[in-house]
Amino acid sequence: MIDVLNLMLAALILLLAAETVFARGAFAAVAGFVAYGLLLTLVWLRLQSVDVALTEAAIGGGLTGALLIGAARRLRGTEAAAVAERPRLGTRLVAALLSATVALALAVCVLVLPVPVHTLAPDVAAAMEVTGVGNPITAVLLAFRAIDTLLEAIVLLFALIGVWSLAPDDSWNGRPGVREASDPNGILAYAARVLAPLGIVIGTYIFWIGADHPGGKFQGATIMAAMWLLVMMAGLADAPPIDRPWLRGLLVAGPLAFIAVGVVGMATAGAFLAYPPGVAKPLILVVEFALMPTLTLILGLMLLGAPQRGAAP
Amino acid sequence: MSDATTFGLCASALIGLGLYGLIVNPQPLRKILAFNVIGSGVFMLFGAIARRGAAAGMGGDPVPQALLITGIVVAFSATALAVALLLRLHAATGTATLATDPPPPAPAPDRDA
Repeated sequence: MIDVLNLMLAALILLLAAETVFARGAFAAVAGFVAYGLLLTLVWLRLQSVDVALTEAAIGGGLTGALLIGAARRLRGTEAAAVAERPRLGTRLVAALLSATVALALAVCVLVLPVPVHTLAPDVAAAMEVTGVGNPITAVLLAFRAIDTLLEAIVLLFALIGVWSLAPDDSWNGRPGVREASDPNGILAYAARVLAPLGIVIGTYIFWIGADHPGGKFQGATIMAAMWLLVMMAGLADAPPIDRPWLRGLLVAGPLAFIAVGVVGMATAGAFLAYPPGVAKPLILVVEFALMPTLTLILGLMLLGAPQRGAAP
Repeated sequence: MSDATTFGLCASALIGLGLYGLIVNPQPLRKILAFNVIGSGVFMLFGAIARRGAAAGMGGDPVPQALLITGIVVAFSATALAVALLLRLHAATGTATLATDPPPPAPAPDRDA
């Protein structure tokens, strides 16, 4: 049976992807991409992956969209020069041929996927009880494949260091982003005052519920980071200078706590990141609580970009 | 046609579209966008395969789904780093081009230099 909703969703997604690729202006392309990210969330729901849908909505659509809109705005002046660089017809034809071949090969692979299906779902269901966690995704992220999550946290930290290292010499240790002019009676300041407390509650809820239901630290941290950014955009707070010890301490606290839990596992359960029987859930909570502020800060700071304003006194 | 097949085919087309955009669009920002389209296509393909693994009362195989969450977050950090590099290039040279021989900056206020 052909599901009409699925087909409509797929068609819309392809249309928006085409808009992203073919749009004349960069701003239109970014706008297409943001809408595309939001529709992808629906695809994840259709694919029965509520956890991925939440992540896609928060990070794929929200944060990436905000990042690219900011970049498109700052690069607007360079667009006219790029028109001359457009490749010739021949190059475009070869590129089209290559892309179509790749897409067709993948489509054929999709149509001849092997049956019976190989799945780890029964294994996860059988082993999940030991972890004390009710959400299979969280069990995979923090117990069965905890090493991936640890490395991911470290990748995020390295990416932030990479972003910071692009600061001009005189701005090193300064504040990232621009100081937004504050209009205490403006609608943005009002929205920031009303929305931020609500957002913090929702972010905490999504973080906490992640143990047993769709949600978790990445989704919760993204909402928290968005609230922080909103407050900064409204001019109610300024970004911290990047040399603050508390800031740097919190940035490494999450990964360090994760590694410490891993070493405890080595001593008590015989393997790095193994949990001794009975205390898996408390250890998972320790890791989650340690990672939450780290992730919030990293995601927010990554969006602000490299330090641009001179070192603070 | 099942969910997995529909979105698997959609994902294949997305990867093709993104690849074309990555090659043909000269602006680095557009290349970053196209790369993200390829990335989301790869994620969707992986998600479609995860959907086929529905068993034990779960709507899909949770292991690839968890890896997808990791993947989306890492893709964001890579995009942020790429955008930061691009903005630095723009701040340092006043242009945003990957051409080896950059064209003169388009109508700038001081052209007498």
